[in-house]
Amino acid sequence: METATRPYAFSRKVFCEGMRDGVPIALGYFAVSFSLGIAARKAGLTPVQGFFASLLNNASAGEYAAFALIASGATYLEVAIITLIANARYLLMSCALAQRFAPGTPFFHRLIIGYDVTDELFGITIARPGWLNPFYTYGAIALAAPAWAAGTACGIIAGNLLPLRAVSALSVALYGMFLAIIIPPARKSKVVAALVAISFALSFVCTYLPGISALSDGTRTILLTVAISCAAAILFPVKQEEGNQ
Amino acid sequence: MNNWIYIAVMFAVSYAIRILPLTLIRKPIENQFIQSFLYYVPYVTLAVMTFPAIVNATQSPLAGAAALVVGIIAAWMGAGLFPVSVLCCAVVMVLEFFLVH
Repeated sequence: METATRPYAFSRKVFCEGMRDGVPIALGYFAVSFSLGIAARKAGLTPVQGFFASLLNNASAGEYAAFALIASGATYLEVAIITLIANARYLLMSCALAQRFAPGTPFFHRLIIGYDVTDELFGITIARPGWLNPFYTYGAIALAAPAWAAGTACGIIAGNLLPLRAVSALSVALYGMFLAIIIPPARKSKVVAALVAISFALSFVCTYLPGISALSDGTRTILLTVAISCAAAILFPVKQEEGNQ
Repeated sequence: MNNWIYIAVMFAVSYAIRILPLTLIRKPIENQFIQSFLYYVPYVTLAVMTFPAIVNATQSPLAGAAALVVGIIAAWMGAGLFPVSVLCCAVVMVLEFFLVH
């Protein structure tokens, strides 16, 4: 078996397994990025711009936060900072993935895998036992990335055509996805649960507090995230194993 | 301000975050503070962005609030990303049918 000596080698079977596991991810991405498109439209992005923003970024929270800032006419620096904060978790995921490349894997594979490290694609890639075969992930990316980009473009186009009632309902899809990411770990860890509750409360207070409420949504998100996460990291340092999961 | 430059900035930052650990920093992060900070960031940032924004995203704030509660319960009970999203949309759809005229 070629994949036994070179675990990173191309194999049609591995690529097809990736595509198989990519189908549900692509379907979910299309639906959620449709709702992201509604936010992109508010920021004044054209369908083509939305398509490329999603094709190049592959980030739900990061893109959403950036679009909110763009809508308020923020500076490029502010957009860079919010992208850094909202996507910081991918840094951890990439660290974990870096440990799973078989020795001798050609360097360019790292550059391609890095293109689409997301919660879901990281999840299915890291869940496979043994060395990483990049072609498994490529199979999933081949479906997931176009679905994510096309969904965003469709959301921008259809946001104009759909009745207000439907736009209103679809606009919560993204928040639903956020909840599905943060609630299961909150169930397992009391610290995370308390952090989520505190974040909800402080975010609510800051939205209506005179002074702070004058800041844009994106700037408030940056300040609150850094402040609350710093406090949590000092008060409740994470043990090695938890942080690497 | 140009949208294409915004998109280029977003791409540069998000690609750098993903590619640096895969290429340059191949060692795991040892510093406990940075590790803890990075561990907590996603939960905090997503929570901050979700509430109260979800309540203001819908035509009726009540529908948005109901979607929040239903979404939390569904996710708590183990529903995945896609089911929770669809459920939240359905709650708003149904409630606004009665609340918004």
